[in-house]
Amino acid sequence: MLPFDQILVQTVNGLVNGMVLALVASGLTLIFGIMDVVNFAHGDLVMLGGFVGAVTVASTGSFTVGLLVAALSIAIFGVLLQITTLRPLIGRDPLTTILATFGVSLVLQKYALWQFGPSAMGIPQPIPGQFNLFYLQYPWYRVGAAMMAGAIIGALYLFLKYGKYGLWIRATTQDRVMASAMGIPVPWVHTGVFAIGAAMAAASGVLFAPLAAVTQTMGSDFTLRAFIVVVVGGMGNLGGSILAAIFISLLEAYASLVVSPSQAVIVSFVALILTMLFRPTGLFVSTPTR
Amino acid sequence: MSARSSARGFWICFTVVVLLLAVAPLFLPEFWRRFLTEILIWGLLAMSSDILIGYTGMISFGHSVFFGLGIYGAATALLAVSPPNLWLAILLGLLGAAGVAVFVAYFATRLRDIYFAISTLVFSQIFYVIIFTWTAVTGGENGLYFSQPPFAIPGLFSFRFSPQSLHWFVLAVVVISYLLVRRITQSPFGMVLQSIRENEPRTRAIGYHVERYKIVSVMLSGLFAGLAGALYAIQNKFAAPDFVFSLVSGEVVIYNVIGGVGTLVGPFVGAAFFLLLREGLSRFWSEYYLIPLGIIFIAAVIFMPQGIMGFMKRQLNQ
Repeated sequence: MLPFDQILVQTVNGLVNGMVLALVASGLTLIFGIMDVVNFAHGDLVMLGGFVGAVTVASTGSFTVGLLVAALSIAIFGVLLQITTLRPLIGRDPLTTILATFGVSLVLQKYALWQFGPSAMGIPQPIPGQFNLFYLQYPWYRVGAAMMAGAIIGALYLFLKYGKYGLWIRATTQDRVMASAMGIPVPWVHTGVFAIGAAMAAASGVLFAPLAAVTQTMGSDFTLRAFIVVVVGGMGNLGGSILAAIFISLLEAYASLVVSPSQAVIVSFVALILTMLFRPTGLFVSTPTR
Repeated sequence: MSARSSARGFWICFTVVVLLLAVAPLFLPEFWRRFLTEILIWGLLAMSSDILIGYTGMISFGHSVFFGLGIYGAATALLAVSPPNLWLAILLGLLGAAGVAVFVAYFATRLRDIYFAISTLVFSQIFYVIIFTWTAVTGGENGLYFSQPPFAIPGLFSFRFSPQSLHWFVLAVVVISYLLVRRITQSPFGMVLQSIRENEPRTRAIGYHVERYKIVSVMLSGLFAGLAGALYAIQNKFAAPDFVFSLVSGEVVIYNVIGGVGTLVGPFVGAAFFLLLREGLSRFWSEYYLIPLGIIFIAAVIFMPQGIMGFMKRQLNQ
C-alpha cells in the first residue's frame, strides 16, 4: 500500500502543475476556439517567455518586471507571427495551420538555442520560505505560482465576459460572418486573440521557470501536454481546459508514484486517446453537441 | 496532350531518372554516394506518408513510429540470427511496422483531421517512451549495433554489399515500391481513397466503408515506412531511439509539403531538396540550419501549397 502522506503530497503537486498547465492550455484553447488554428508552436512560446523572463529577472532583479516584460514582448511577437504566417492561411484547410505553426516551432527552438545558448536557465524563487507538508519542506512559491496562474485565468474570464473586446471575441467565436457584418474587425480580433494566447503562454513560462529550469527543448513537451488538456477538456472550452489540466496533472502525479516520471506520461496519452475515442467533444462538457 | 502520349512521356522520364540514379554511384565520390542512397531511403519513407497526406487526406505526425519499428525489427533479426540474413531482416522490419500500424490504424482512423494528426503524434511518443525506457530489449538511449547482412539466397550465392551494390539494392527496392504504390493509387481502391479526401460524407453515402479504407491506407503507409526503416538499418548498421522521435515525423511531413503532396515523386524531390540544403547550410550554420529551412518550409506552406512538383507542373502546362 502507498502511504497516505505521499498521495497527499502528490495531490498538491498535481494541483500546482495543473494550474500552470491550465494557463498554457487556456491560451491554446482560446486560439483554437476563435481561429480554428491548432498552434503547434504554443509550447515554444512558453519556452521563449521563460527565457525572456529569466534574462530580465537576471538583469533587473524583479520577478514582476520579468513577468510583465516576457508577457508583453511575446504578445508583440505573437502579433507579428499571426500577421505574417497565420493571416494568409485564413479560409484554407485548418490542417495547413498545423504545418505552418509546426515550421514556426522548429525555427523558434533553434532560435532559442542560438540566442540563449544550450544551457538551461532558471529564475530564483521570488517568494522565499517553505512550510511543512508531512515529510517535506514545501516551498511557498509553488502555491503562489498556482494562485497567480489562477488569477490570470480569472482575469481572462472576466475580460471575456464583461469587457467590450471580450464581447467581440465571443461574438467572433460564435459566428465569424455575423460578427463581421456587425462591424467587428474580425481579422484584428484574430490577431488580438493570438497575442493574448501568446502572452499567457509567456506568463506560464515565467511562472514555471523557478519550479524547473527553462531549456530550449521543453516547448514540444508543453505543446503536447497542452494539446492533451485541450482535447480532454473539449476544444475551445475554457472551463473544461482548466478541469482537464488539473485532472491530467493529478493522473500523472499519482502515476509517478508507481512508475518513473517519463513513463507516467503514457498515462496522460492513454487518457487522451480514450477521450478522443469515447467522448470526442471532451470529458467536461455537460451537453455533448450532436 | 493525349492520355497515351502523356503516359509515354512519364515512362521516358521514369526510365531516364532511374538510369541516372543507377549510374550515379559509379561517378560520385564516396560521401555523395552514401548521401544519394540516404535520399532514396528518406524519399521512400516520405512517399509512404504521401499515401495518407496526398491521397486519403490525413496528415500523419507519427510516421517515425513505423520507420523506427522497421529499424528495430530489422535490428532484432540481424542480432538474433547468425549469420545475419538480409531477407529475414526486411521481413521482421515489415512485421514490426505492420504490428504497430494495425494498432495505430485501428484507433487513429476513427478520428478526423487534427485529431488524427494529434493521435498519430501521441502514438509515436508512446512508442518512443517504451523504446527509450525498455533498455533490456532496445538498448535504451545507446541503441543497438549490428553487422550488415550479405546479399544472399541460401544455398545459391552470397555477396558482401559494397557501397555501389547496396545503392543498387536500395534503388531496386525503392523503384519497385514506387511502382507498386503508383499502381495502388491509380487503382479503384486508390480512387476511393481520393474521394475520401475530397468528400468523406459523400463517399460514405455512396456506400463505401470509409473506416475500412482508411485502416487499409494507414496499414499500407506503415508497411512502406517500415520497409524504409529496414533499408536504413541495413545501410547504417545501428538502431537508435532518435529515429522513433517525433522530429523524424515532422521532417517527413516537411519533405512532402516542400516536394508536393499527392504526386509520389514529390516526396523524393522534397527529401533531396531538404537533405541537400541541410548539408549545405549545416557547413556554415551547424545545427542552426533549421532556422532558414523552417522559414523556407513556412513560405512553402503559404505560397506554394502544391510544392515543387506542383509548381513545376503548373509552369509546364502554361
